[in-house]
Formats: sequence, structure tokens, C-alpha cells
Amino acid sequence: MQSFTGTSEYIVSPELARAVDVAVALGRPLLVKGEPGTGKTLLARDIARFFNTPLERWHVKSTTKAVDGLYQYDAVRRLHDSRFGDGEVRDIGRYITLGPLGRAFARDERLVVLIDEIDKADLEFPNDLLHELDTMSFTIPETGATVSARQRPIVIITSNNEKELPDAFLRRCVFHWIDFPDRALMTRIVRVHHPDAEERLLVGALEAFYALRSVDGLRKPPSTSELIDWISALRHSGMDPAKLLGAGLPFIGTLLKKEQDIDTAQRRFNATTARAGRS
Amino acid sequence: MFLEFFYNLRARGVPVTTHTWLALVDALARGLHNNTLDGFYQVARCILIQSEAHYDDFDRVFAETFRGVQADARNLLSQLEEWLRDPKSLEHLDPELRAQLAAMDLEQLRRELLERLEQQKERHDGGNRWVGTGGTSPFGTGGMNPAGIRVGGGGSRSALAVADARRFREFRRDLVLDTRQIAAALRRLRRLTRDDGKLILDLGETIDATARNCGDIEVVMNPERHADVRLLLLLDVGGSMDPHAELVSRLFSAAHQGGGFKELRSYYFHNCVYQRVFADAAFTKPVSTAELLKTLDSKWTVVLVGDAYMHPGELTMSSGDWWESARGPSGLTWLARLADRFPRSAWLNPEPPSLWRSGTIAEIARVFPMFQLTLAGLDDMVRHLRRPALSSERRNRVATLARGR
Repeated sequence: MQSFTGTSEYIVSPELARAVDVAVALGRPLLVKGEPGTGKTLLARDIARFFNTPLERWHVKSTTKAVDGLYQYDAVRRLHDSRFGDGEVRDIGRYITLGPLGRAFARDERLVVLIDEIDKADLEFPNDLLHELDTMSFTIPETGATVSARQRPIVIITSNNEKELPDAFLRRCVFHWIDFPDRALMTRIVRVHHPDAEERLLVGALEAFYALRSVDGLRKPPSTSELIDWISALRHSGMDPAKLLGAGLPFIGTLLKKEQDIDTAQRRFNATTARAGRS
Repeated sequence: MFLEFFYNLRARGVPVTTHTWLALVDALARGLHNNTLDGFYQVARCILIQSEAHYDDFDRVFAETFRGVQADARNLLSQLEEWLRDPKSLEHLDPELRAQLAAMDLEQLRRELLERLEQQKERHDGGNRWVGTGGTSPFGTGGMNPAGIRVGGGGSRSALAVADARRFREFRRDLVLDTRQIAAALRRLRRLTRDDGKLILDLGETIDATARNCGDIEVVMNPERHADVRLLLLLDVGGSMDPHAELVSRLFSAAHQGGGFKELRSYYFHNCVYQRVFADAAFTKPVSTAELLKTLDSKWTVVLVGDAYMHPGELTMSSGDWWESARGPSGLTWLARLADRFPRSAWLNPEPPSLWRSGTIAEIARVFPMFQLTLAGLDDMVRHLRRPALSSERRNRVATLARGR
């Protein structure tokens, strides 16, 4: 079994790489949590790329039910067909569509399945999936057919902590919290997204970024994805990197998304510049 | 040693189960830790821990348990190897039997390791002492440990240095983080019911009924599910509560944004509840407390937020209310009336429980079950409010106080 190392487009910490290896080897779902913008969702795409397998995405919403991921039975269309005489109504199988998890089970090859933002759904949602994730198979009561995985898919689950997940569910998962990248890791990550950016600009931007993150009282501190956007904006404008902090952080709206935070940050940096100006 | 690690984790309140422990054994048997202590740290953490709130505890237990082993890491790993050779051949046995065998091996291993460590201590005294000193990390600065074991993938922090650095302290559950988490905690208060909701189409039932009706459309309607919890928030503002204003405002906005309550009312008071509470924090719009007691039925959930800290007179004297010149029932009486009327009630206190044992705080805690305004405290409160278990002694005392003149 090949060990996961991330790809040229996605940098992982050794802890996360190890967690992926463990999840793959044990055939358990990998539950990933972390601040928004730390690349939870991208991880699944990258694992699929690394192992060279297709990816099934299942984006969970507040109305999503566990069974939706397995299959959907289109009773309305069947009713319609029965009233207006289209097609073979007796064959229920025609009205069954497999969901993302169901499709992953049915394929011959091993897939990566992403269950994105599992905490968005109802509290009972994870419990309803317990059995299916354990046995990697399910039965469709309407037809009596059983779909079971020939190859255990690699299941990646992300959560934003909006709801607590049930213990029984957690126990079956391999867990990893994506910590906010330190400066060295962040430099590598930024390099991946801006391979041809000027060194001076990156150093200046990271300097300003970590200074901004250390400001007390920010409600939503900027994350990796915002830093990457910000550097794009800076590169387009041809800003002189040496003047970033002094210029009162140009394009601050790409970094901070709350009005209150922008106020806090500007007050703080203006104070610093004013003091620097006097001395 | 490894089993000791397991029990140390449990002793610190990390919910490690035999189930996850066996999964770890399985992972190690497959060599997923690459024969490094750091690999062991990473594998153990991702399998045994399921919440970032426990990362800090894990780090501390890991550091405590394996600190002395540091100098002997190579030996430890080869021991681990040896021990792991057994379970591999046992894979086809049923899990329970395997669990027993695994536990036995662990015990044996532990004894051997302890003996070995005893000897090791004598021979490598300097090394161990160096390793053992200091609460902060002796390895963090050096960047690698003397036994030469390093993190794979280019990093140079050893597992113990990582564990010692306690990077995850801020995720501990006994600290309040933000509005979102408070909202998530409060959301568990909500109960759903189908009573007297507006009707919505039940598709499955409709199709079923239609089929029974020989294909003639038969519409089935069901009441919608909706939230059924009404929450009354009473907030103490001003004075000794000023340092906690930010925290209380977060709780307040969380309740408003994310609560999903059928009805949410909030009123303000200063120090203690008397004849009147106020609809605004500036105390200009009074609302009679007696009116609240009369109009809200006992199904309301009541949460009071305050430090419960005041001059004893404000709680017990009939003239305690400085908003009111006329004498009325004492503050304690009013509080007892609220507690008596609303069995689902609780007091949230931003002050730590170490201060609750005396004075007015203790007095009020005898009336309202008191919880600390932290995530863990909120969780406990929600659990209490969902199913209040009040001793008859408490109920009697509250009822007596509520009758007070």
C-alpha cells in the first residue's frame, strides 16, 4: 500500500498524511474538522488524485437524509407513469437512482467518497449511516436488492462543528483536526498556488497576514484560502510589497469578511503606523 | 507501558474505548506507524481521539507516559515489534478472544518494559533526568530528540516535543469559544413536535393512499414539524457583570440567531430579580415580574445569567430593590417564585465554580441549579433542562421560599 504524501497541488502535514494512511488501511471513514478555509473539502479531491481513483461528492444540506446518499426512489415519476401509461411501471428498479455512496459501492474499482459538511444535516443523520459505513452494503427495500461494495471506498467526511456527532459514529472514524498551518507550511502552500510570484511579495504578504491573524478580537480571522486570494489581488495590482503594512492593507475585503473585523484591524494598524511615523 | 497509556487516557477523562484501542492494535500490527515513536503518536491520536477538544489531554498523557522512555526509544520500538508479531497470526480469531489475548500480551509487555526501564534508569541516569525535567519542552527548542527519532516528511519535531508544546490547549471544552458553538449547544434544547402546526403534503402517504384508491389521487396532509421550546432569558447587567459583558452578549446573540426556539424573550435585571425586570439594558422599559409569572406557563424554559454576586442585603431584605422605594418581597423570594413556577430553569454563572461555595452565590445555587458559562457548563445545563431532576428537598425549599412575605 502506497503512503499518502499529498500532491504537488496540495500540501499535507505529516499528521494528516498519517491519518489518511490509517483510514485507508483500516477501511474506516476519515473525519476531518478544522477552521473554515483550511482545505478540508479539497483533501478528498487530492486523495482521489493521489490514488488515481474517481471521486464521488455528497454535499450534505439541512434537508438531506441518510438514505439519499444510498439511493432515491422516484415515486412521483412512477405514479405519473402509472396514470399516463408511460413505460413499464411494474419494474420498480427503473425508478431507483443510486446516490453518491450507493454508486461508490456499486463500482468495481475503489473510489473516494466525500461526505461534505455532515454536521449540516439532522442530528440523527450520522447514526442512520452507521450500519452502511460499517458493512459497506445496504438493501433497497423497494426492490429487495442488496448493493455491497466490492472494494471498500475511501470515505472522507468533513464537519464544521455546527452539531456534535454521536459517539457511536465517532468511534468508527479516524479523526483529524486540520490545525492552522504554521509559517513554514504556509509558505509551501502559497508557493503551490503562486509558483511564479515574486519572493519579496510572498514574504511581505505572509508577514502582514500573520500580523493580521494575531490581532485580538477578530470574529473571523482570515484563513488559507483568503490569503491565496489576497496574494492574487496584490499581484494583479502590482503593489510594492515593502509598503503592504504601511498602506493600511490594500484589498482588506478579501481577507476580512466582517465589517467589524475590518474596523478592528484598521484601528490596530493605523495605531502602529502612527507610532512608527512619529519615531 | 502501552496499556498504561490507555488507562492514563481514561483517567484524564478521554473517552477511549476497547473498540478504538483494538483498532489501534490493528493499525500497529500493520506497521502504519513506520516504527517510529512519532508515527506511533500520529496513529494513536487519529484513532483514539475523536474530538480536537481532547487533543490537549492526549498530548499531556502522551508526554507523561512516554517521557521516561525517550532515551530508550529504539528498544521500545523493537519491543513493540516483537509484541506485534503475535496478533498478526491471530487475525482470524474472533474479536473477543483476540481482545483477551491482546490484553494479556500487553500486560506481559508492560511488565517487561517496566523492568527494562528500571535498569535503564540506573545506567542512563543523566539522560533520563534531562528528559524528565521541566513542564515545558526540552525537545521543542532542540528540534529533534537524542535518540534520533524524527517526524517523517521533513519536520524535525519529535512526538514528545509536539505533545509537550500543547498546541491544542485552546480547543479544550471548558473554554467558551464563539457564538457558533454556543448556538450549537443551545440548539440541543429544542424539541420538535407535530402539534398544531400548519399542514404540509405527505408525499409517501399520498402515493400509498392513491395506490389503494385504485389510482385516483388521494391527498394526505400532515402537520409540519416545528420547534416547541419557549425560552425566557433573564440577564444580569452592570456592576460586577461588566467584565463578562462580551461573553453574555455572545450568549445572547447565539440564542437569538441559532436557537431555533418557538419563542424567545429576554429581560434584564441588575444584581437580582425583584418586582420588575426590564426589556432593555438601559432599564427604561419595565415589565412586572408578577405579570411574567402569571402569563407564561410552566412549560417555559428559564435561564438566568448572572454572577449571583451581590450584597447579602440585596438578596434577603425586603427593601433590597434599589429601583423601588416601596417595600416588597425580597430578591430571594422573587427568584424562588421563578424557580417554583418554571421547573425547567437554570442559572448560568460566568464566575468559576470555586467561588460558588459561599455568600449569595451559594444561596442562589440552592434555588436554581447553577452551571458555569462555558461550553461544558452549557452542555450540562442543556442536559439538565431537557430532563430536570430536582430533589424533593430542593423543591420543598423553593416552594417555602416562594411563599415568603
